[in-house]
Formats: sequence, C-alpha cells, structure tokens
Amino acid sequence: MSAPLLRVEGLTRHFRVGGGLFHRGRLLRAVEQVSFELEAGQAFGLVGESGCGKSTLGRTLLRLIEPTAGRVQLDGVDITALDAAGLKRARKHMQMIFQDPYASLSPRRTVEQILREPLDLHRIGATDTRSRRVSELLDIVGLRASDRRRYPHEFSGGQRQRIGIARALAVEPKLIVADEAVSALDVSVQSQVLNLLADLKREFGIALVFISHDLAVVQHVCDQVGVMYLGQLVETAPVDRLFCHPAHPYTRALMASIPEPDPARARPEAALSGELPSPLAPPPGCPFHPRCRVAVPKCAERVPRTIELGPTGPTPHRVRCHLHDVERSNHEQALSET
Amino acid sequence: MTSALLEVEDLSIEFATEAGPLRAVEQVSFRLEAGRTLGLVGESGCGKSVTSLALMGLLPGNGRIVTGRILFEGTDLATLDQAALRRLRGRRLSMIFQEPMTALNPVYRAGDQIVEVLRRHEGLSRRAALDRAIEMLARVGIAAPEQRMVDFPHQMSGGMRQRIMIAMALVCRPRLLIADEPTTALDVTTQAQVLAEISQLAAELDTAVLLITHDLGVVAETCDEVMVMYAGQVVEQAPVGALFAQPRHRYTEGLLASIPRIRKQPLERLPVIPGTVPELSAMPTGCRFAARCPQAQADCRARTPELRMLGRSRSACFHPAGEE
Repeated sequence: MSAPLLRVEGLTRHFRVGGGLFHRGRLLRAVEQVSFELEAGQAFGLVGESGCGKSTLGRTLLRLIEPTAGRVQLDGVDITALDAAGLKRARKHMQMIFQDPYASLSPRRTVEQILREPLDLHRIGATDTRSRRVSELLDIVGLRASDRRRYPHEFSGGQRQRIGIARALAVEPKLIVADEAVSALDVSVQSQVLNLLADLKREFGIALVFISHDLAVVQHVCDQVGVMYLGQLVETAPVDRLFCHPAHPYTRALMASIPEPDPARARPEAALSGELPSPLAPPPGCPFHPRCRVAVPKCAERVPRTIELGPTGPTPHRVRCHLHDVERSNHEQALSET
Repeated sequence: MTSALLEVEDLSIEFATEAGPLRAVEQVSFRLEAGRTLGLVGESGCGKSVTSLALMGLLPGNGRIVTGRILFEGTDLATLDQAALRRLRGRRLSMIFQEPMTALNPVYRAGDQIVEVLRRHEGLSRRAALDRAIEMLARVGIAAPEQRMVDFPHQMSGGMRQRIMIAMALVCRPRLLIADEPTTALDVTTQAQVLAEISQLAAELDTAVLLITHDLGVVAETCDEVMVMYAGQVVEQAPVGALFAQPRHRYTEGLLASIPRIRKQPLERLPVIPGTVPELSAMPTGCRFAARCPQAQADCRARTPELRMLGRSRSACFHPAGEE
C-alpha cells in the first residue's frame, strides 16, 4: 500500500495562558496527541463543539500555528521540520478556506487580482498564461469569466465562498484545510458549495481536512470523521461506520442533539447536559466523564487508551473510551478475582 | 372567530437608501394565538428579522412601516409612540436575539439587569426583585443562580448568556416572546438544551412565541405552525405537521430537500436550489422564486401568485407540489 498523502502523528499544541513576569501561567492543552492519516482525494471531517480545539488543529496542520510536539507529513515531506524558506515553498501545496469570505477577501481587489496573487507569489506558469489560468479557476468553481473584473462586495455570500475556493485551488494544492467553510451560508447555497468541495477533492486528488460543527454536513463531504473533545480525538472512523455505529458516548450525544426536520419524531431529551469544561482545568480521567451518561467510576480516575474496533478496511475505527476497552476490563476482573 | 393575540395585516416595510426606497417586507399577514409557537423561516435577507423588529418598534432609523397594522392584544403597535412601546416591551412582549453578548450590558452584573426589568415594569422593591430574578434563573436551568447573579456577561459561556437573556425576557410573564435566531450562535448540544427551556417555560407561562430561524430542524422540534418567507414575501404558511409532510410552495420543497441531514444511505449529491435570492433593488415581476424554480412556467413570470388554501396549507404558488 502506498503511503498516505497526509500523515499526522501525535500532533500537540499547548498555550501558556495568563503568565506574567513572575509566574508561568497555566497550560492550555488545545490540541493533544492527535494522529490520523488521509489519502489523496479523500476528506477528513473534524467535528466538535466550539472550543474543542478543531480550528487550532487545522491551523497547526499548516503551521499557521507552530506545533508544540508531533509531526505532520505531506506527501513524504515533514512539514514540521521545514525551515522558513522550505515552509514558504511548501505553502504552495497546502491551502486554507475560511469561514467568513467577507473577512478573508480583500475588498479593494478585483477577483482577478485576488486569484493572480498566489500565482505570482509562487511563480506558477508563465506570466502571460496566468490570466488564462484565472478564467479556468473561475470556471472550475462555477463563476463566469466576466466576474474577474468585479469586487468581492458585488457577490453574494455563496459566490464569495467560491472565490475563496478558487484562490485556494490556484496553486494546485495537495492539502486544503476548510475551517467552517459553509457555516455562514444559507441552506440552499450551502449545499451548492458542499457539492463543489466534494467534486474538487475527487477531481484534483486533494486531501481535504473539513472542519465543521455540523455532523450532517460532514457526512456529505467526508470519507473519515474525527470527533474532538477538549483537544483530543475521542473517536475516528470511516464516515459510514461512524454514522451507523457511533461508539463514543460523546459522538452519540452530538448526533442526538441535531434537530431533525421531522415533526413526527418524538422530541428527544436534551442529549447532553452541562457545557464544555474549561480546557484550562480539564477533568481528570476521561475528559468527557462529567457529562457522560454511562460513565463508571474508573472514567474519573484513569485516562482511557485508544482502542481499535473491529475490522473496517484500510481506515481504522478508533475510540478512546473505557466502555470499549474490553481487554482491559477482563484483565481487571481477572485481577480482582484472584 | 376568536381574536388572536397578535394579528399582522398587510405589513410592508421600506428602507430609505441612497439608491431610493427598498421594500424589504411586502404585504405580510399572519396571526398568532395565545400560547402558540409560530416559526418564521427563510434565508438571510428574506425579511424575517425586519418583520420581527417592526413588531417590537425597533426598526432602524431609515426603516418605516409603509402599510399595515400590527394588532397586539387589540392595540395597533404601528401607531404607538416610543414611550408607549417602552411600557409594553419587556412586560407584555419581549425579544431575545442571536448574540446575547451584544444584547446584554457588559458593565452590569447579570442579576442587576434582570432586577432592573422587574423594578421598572412591576415596581418591585429591590429585595423582592432579587428573589424573583434568582427564581427565574433557576427556571431557565442555571445552576447556582445566586452566584450567577453577580457575574458579568463576559464571565459566562454563550449558552449561559442566552439563558440570562431568556430569564430577562420572560421574568415579567409577557404574552409574546419574539426569539430571533436564539440558538444560532450556540453549539448543537447547548442548542438542544436552550430550545427545550424556551418551549417549557413558554408553555408554563402561557406565552406565545414567534421563533425566527433559518433552521427547519429547529422549527420541526419546537413550533406549532410555520411561515416561510422568500424575498420579503410570505410564500407558505401551514401547521408544522402539514408543512413537513407535504410542502406546497416549490421554494419550501427545495429548502427541505437541501437540508443536510444524517442519513443511513448518504446521497451521492445534495439536492440544491440553483442560483441566488434576487436583490431587493431588482425584484422580478411575477413570482420572485420563478428564476430558481424547476417548475416555473410562463404564468409564474407574468403574474404574482396570491396565498391560497390548499389542504391545511396556504401557499403562494401557481404550480404547487403534491398536486400533480
């Protein structure tokens, strides 16, 4: 089997918060020991509540935020080991799409200028062919060639997001991180952009890391899903597997909380009580245990290890939960009986 | 026929702009009975928030009601001056917004903001108002309400702040609560809790709710009736069950189909509504949805469809779904 396009190993990012001259402040573990692999043309969905660390993880993958520990390998290149010049060259292969196209596109530049900038910066194509490339890009994302002379404010939100996507595609990246790329869009437009993203990753063989708070959206774009809670991936699985057999109690609660457009469905009890604890003072043991309905005493005492569940093909189904740790439970039972 | 708590008739709202007047809301009519929950759905720019602001007398300076009446408990709110509206707001009708951080005063403690409402509208003593405020915080699901009373808004999470807003809005037992995207800024897990609390409290206090949202899932789980707006007009009105069982207007149909939802068998492609909403300054003649509608015919572009009864729904469509 060929090596995956993107390999993330033990990626960790800590922040010092509230430090001063005489004390070091407290440690915020924003991203803790995250590992996953992603093939070209596939998408990895990253879901979780706000503050779970998913955006920090997305930015750390691209070294927009420097990792504290761990490695990111893109197409065999260790991104985390690159020096400044190497990183600049590598930027060509990794791009980002942001949530708010109003904020991430310069209002004073035409679409042509916005799309040409990355081409000029990375010296892609001969100067005279770059203009043609702009037309091509507009065509790919479903805008008209004549739109090149217009400014971002002349477009609707959905069209602006298409410009953001075209800009990311301009350099022919291998990896795109899309951070809540459709969250600001209306439903009817959102589905247009989701379909576009799904097409692009297939067509251009891009590895897409798709960050979203919306599990239903993730199901439509992604091939694998990672569920984050307080900086950790608590469950990762192939997408069909996760939605049919969610293993972590947190994943189940997230799925149950989504309002269904079906009034006949009995309204569920609020699936999850309480709120995300402060990442500055995470609970001991399993970080989810204070909100977990099926927690047992040991959940508060010991950090669960990562368990692999069943054969699932090339992508494993991993979960960090004591309830699935059958081996350890059996072992403990055996110990207590002797 | 009993008189409704709220009856909006033929409401049209215009904004004065440099490019001339823009009509954001066009001939909107609906009624809301006491204790019921009405969902007002539509995409950004459809006029749903402008409608709700007009009900509260909170239109921005360049906006004005051009035609129509807003009968609330028999009084036409559109004719009241600001002083009269101030006496009603917070007492007989109140509103919660999407972003509680901008609606709460950042330099006052949460408790004091609720106490102020009670002292102003009900003339309670400070002691009595404090007790009522604490009781209200407990009812919106806030743990340790005495401690939360002295917290400032910035010390709270988004869900907690929205609960404070709900407590403040409902503490005087208003007859009508207008909730404009109350859970849009919250995580789904918190959203589920907050929606449940709004529904439960409204039922206990017999308060009617006008819930403005872009999320049809939220409507399905909380509303009795629903009204769909598109480009400033009401295109469909129905009991929630009827709307989800058989949407009539082609826009409602498209909207329902394009909601991403978790499916056992994910679709290869999400259904989409092609194109975008027309600009306020360039509204087409005829049906405003015609340019994006897969069923549009010549008559749709020529004449504007009126709302008419079809089964249990009213819809403004010449070629409604479920008729073929």
